Amino acid sequence: MEPIIHIDQIHKYFGHVHALRGVSLDIYKGEVVVVIGPSGSGKSTLLRCINRLEEFDQGQIVVDGITLDSAENINAVRTEVGMVFQQFNLFPHLSVLENVTLAQTVVRKRNAAEAKKTGMQLLEKVGIPEKAHVYPLQLSGGQQQRVAIARALAMNPKIMLFDEPTSALDPEMIQEVLDVMMALAKEGMTMVVVSHEMGFARAAANRAILMDEGQIIEEAPPNVLFTNPTHERTKLFLSKVLS
Amino acid sequence: MVSSNDLSGSKTNTQNKKSFYFDRWWLLLFAVIVIILLLIIFKPDPFRRILFFVSDGIGVTIYTTLVSFILVLIFGLVAGLGRISKNPILNGAATVYVELVRGIPLLVQLMFWYFAFPSVIQSLGKFLSFEALSSYRANPILMAIIGLTFCYAAYMSEVYRAGIQSISKGQMEAARSLGMNYFQSMRFIILPQAIRVILPPVGNEFITLLKDSSLVSVVAVADITRRGREFMAANFIPIQTWVMVALLYLVLTLFSARIVTWIERKTKLER
Repeated sequence: MEPIIHIDQIHKYFGHVHALRGVSLDIYKGEVVVVIGPSGSGKSTLLRCINRLEEFDQGQIVVDGITLDSAENINAVRTEVGMVFQQFNLFPHLSVLENVTLAQTVVRKRNAAEAKKTGMQLLEKVGIPEKAHVYPLQLSGGQQQRVAIARALAMNPKIMLFDEPTSALDPEMIQEVLDVMMALAKEGMTMVVVSHEMGFARAAANRAILMDEGQIIEEAPPNVLFTNPTHERTKLFLSKVLS
Repeated sequence: MVSSNDLSGSKTNTQNKKSFYFDRWWLLLFAVIVIILLLIIFKPDPFRRILFFVSDGIGVTIYTTLVSFILVLIFGLVAGLGRISKNPILNGAATVYVELVRGIPLLVQLMFWYFAFPSVIQSLGKFLSFEALSSYRANPILMAIIGLTFCYAAYMSEVYRAGIQSISKGQMEAARSLGMNYFQSMRFIILPQAIRVILPPVGNEFITLLKDSSLVSVVAVADITRRGREFMAANFIPIQTWVMVALLYLVLTLFSARIVTWIERKTKLER
């Protein structure tokens, strides 16, 4: 079976910093992959390379059969790949519903009624249809992140990328976001999640990956990686995170 | 603060935003208007004569300022996008333009457009023996508008640049990650937010442009200032003439400042 995301030996430099050192990774349709690792290990950079928010210097990434090279191909990939950010990045000048419908009408060329219908369905799915006409900054962090997930889903993506989706949230709001992500995983969405939420990883992920210093150190099913890591660096990292 | 129960009815506070806001600065404008009225009622000679004489200049000043400003908004945005472009040619061209224009006095630029530019065209016409060019005559208002636009678009590009750069990078990333291209992201996400940020400086630029439009009086445009000079030359009453001209400019600038504040209030982001 062809992987839906094929990452082949990519290298990325920020000036003199070698942020990704030849990372290769295949992700298959329906898989949920959780990426963990210390800060500065390149996990967010890797995620952002998949939809080319970050340019890479060497190597190749193929998403759903499309190679990330030309501007058209990059936009084509971006319409198929949804992304959820640590800081939500909702559009503050648009209402919640408009946040969810804008790209549908502008990029997918759906008419307003159709976009609104899809938008309301998704807001119901993430549990906040009553906030449709509110502005994002009037919502709590957890609610904003759920809107951000709905906004990404509105494009009917084949893949969802989550860049530390719960790191900016107050502890009591983390679960409501994880619940939405869990439901998505159950529906068979292909997901790449940068997160240290071990509970989510154990419950939903097929694979967990540990990155350090721009390289993939170890990958295994989450239960194996978390309880029985083979690599020293994984043990060290887990001892810090789990303590 | 709005309580969480009110949030679903988010439109409640748009109601009072739409009502016309009246603050004490309107009083200043009305005071100036009252002074003008008192002068022309109780001292019709010379004040009513001055007002009648320069009144056709008011329209010229407003027309020149408004047309220039609309062009400034458009070309300023183009130059501003050039300034933030990663393309070295666009960026270089925009930067050179802005740096050069900002370094030359507006009056000198206006002189260039009215006196030097037509000569350049005529010489070019003679060189190419092209009749339409060699007999070219400058239209004063057109040249004044070009001069004002060319200069102020450079200033405005810096305002746009600052406004766009004040919007967090995550907004562009979110828009791009949804598959919008650069121009769609600018049009729907970045500019609507940036415009709210830059409204005060844009209003400032408008009022400064309105005042600087008096410089076009030296390049044969019959605006308020030029009409004032003509009246003074014919009647030798400088004090009254320039008091009247100053009061007329004050009405225009104070009124513009109120309108800018009103627009700011109307477009304020709900939080």
